[in-house]
Amino acid sequence: MGFFTNKGFQPKRASNPKLPPGQYETTDFPVLTAGPTPRINLTNWEFRLEGLVEEPVKWSWEEFNQLPMQDFNPDIHCVTKWSKFDTHWRGVSVDTLLEHVQLKPEAQFVTEFSYGGYTTNLPLADLRNGKAFVGLVYDGQPLTPEHGGPARLVVPHLYFWKSAKWVQGLRFTAQDEPGFWERGGYSMYGDPWKEQRYRDDDDDAASASSIRL
Amino acid sequence: MSIIVWQLGTVVSIVPETPRVKTFTLKLPNWTPHRAGQHYDLRLTADGGYQAERSYSVASPPEQRGEIALTVELVEEGEVSGYLFEGVAVGDELEVRGPIGGYFVWRGEPTSPPLLLVGGGSGVVPLMAMLRHRQHLGLRTPAALLFSVRTPEEVIYKAELEAMAQADDSFALLLDYTRQAPPGWAGYQRRIDAAMLAEVVARFGTATPQAFVCGPTGLVEAVANGLQAAGLPPEAILTERFGPTGG
Repeated sequence: MGFFTNKGFQPKRASNPKLPPGQYETTDFPVLTAGPTPRINLTNWEFRLEGLVEEPVKWSWEEFNQLPMQDFNPDIHCVTKWSKFDTHWRGVSVDTLLEHVQLKPEAQFVTEFSYGGYTTNLPLADLRNGKAFVGLVYDGQPLTPEHGGPARLVVPHLYFWKSAKWVQGLRFTAQDEPGFWERGGYSMYGDPWKEQRYRDDDDDAASASSIRL
Repeated sequence: MSIIVWQLGTVVSIVPETPRVKTFTLKLPNWTPHRAGQHYDLRLTADGGYQAERSYSVASPPEQRGEIALTVELVEEGEVSGYLFEGVAVGDELEVRGPIGGYFVWRGEPTSPPLLLVGGGSGVVPLMAMLRHRQHLGLRTPAALLFSVRTPEEVIYKAELEAMAQADDSFALLLDYTRQAPPGWAGYQRRIDAAMLAEVVARFGTATPQAFVCGPTGLVEAVANGLQAAGLPPEAILTERFGPTGG
């Protein structure tokens, strides 16, 4: 199907090497969620590291805000086709969080879990070495609820559904366990540069045959 | 079920719905039945290989076999919608893949709870697939559509929705004109608010309806919050948001 072209179709937008295939740039910050935005009371808020760890840890909102923070300016890419360049966040690197736990050797994957029941999965390696952070501040303001506030995980090198809004913690697992959209046929990994939107786009043919929409 | 691969559909009809909305019906060589509420991805390719992709909800019910109807709103500066409106004629081919999306769907089982649909503008499209599916199944599951538009000329599927409401006592069509209502209009004419949603929920009596909400982000946020204030549990509210950059 690679030779098909739409006659008369011309790009309206300049091509940009920062733009993965099939994406277009937006300067808005669109919202995508499957249900109502959860309202989270900061007095009850907590963030947990659990699963395949020697000793689970959890932080209250106050404790979490005392962790060392950094600025992050990633490009982000949503599977619904928009990309947004040079966003401005402040938050806690996942590397910083991992200093507080001893992972068991069989921990290879992670399920991010959220207030409201959302989950998403990815390999542990994709959260380490500066690749991911928990964002608390966006554009100089506390992250708003519709964008995942008070805290959302941000994993900018994968499609943005891998960046769980309203994140409550990380569960370390031995197997790659499909999360909310992944169970509905979305990619297990979600690399925007390989355009891994759906399970059929994943490299691994075996996993592609196991779940269908 | 379906493998999501690109296929070339042939445009068999183009119907203007409003001044800024058209329905493109495509005949597909590898059609598979979708669920009401699912979408297709559509991809345009230029001579140099440049591609632009967008997602569009299917408006047709799964009973309309072999083809899909995509209702598209012309977006300001829209790269894809602009080409579809200007450059596509009946007989042309368009590359699509789907059906996609397993969450914002209504299966139409006889035991399904009552259906509360809230749409803003072109957010009505996946809700229309649900209503058409319900009609084809001959279900009398109570259903209501609260459809918010700015002006009378923006009511997509107006004649069909009115006919559906005429023919079926168990379906209520509740139009809401936020900017300009038709002369003599006695219905809603303000932005959807908590009081309006409480009235709509009250139509279902003691039953808890399944709500599907689709439209621009501001409307979806307000409606999802208002439905919870009216007593619906979060799991009874499914949302799909159309950003301002739908392309």
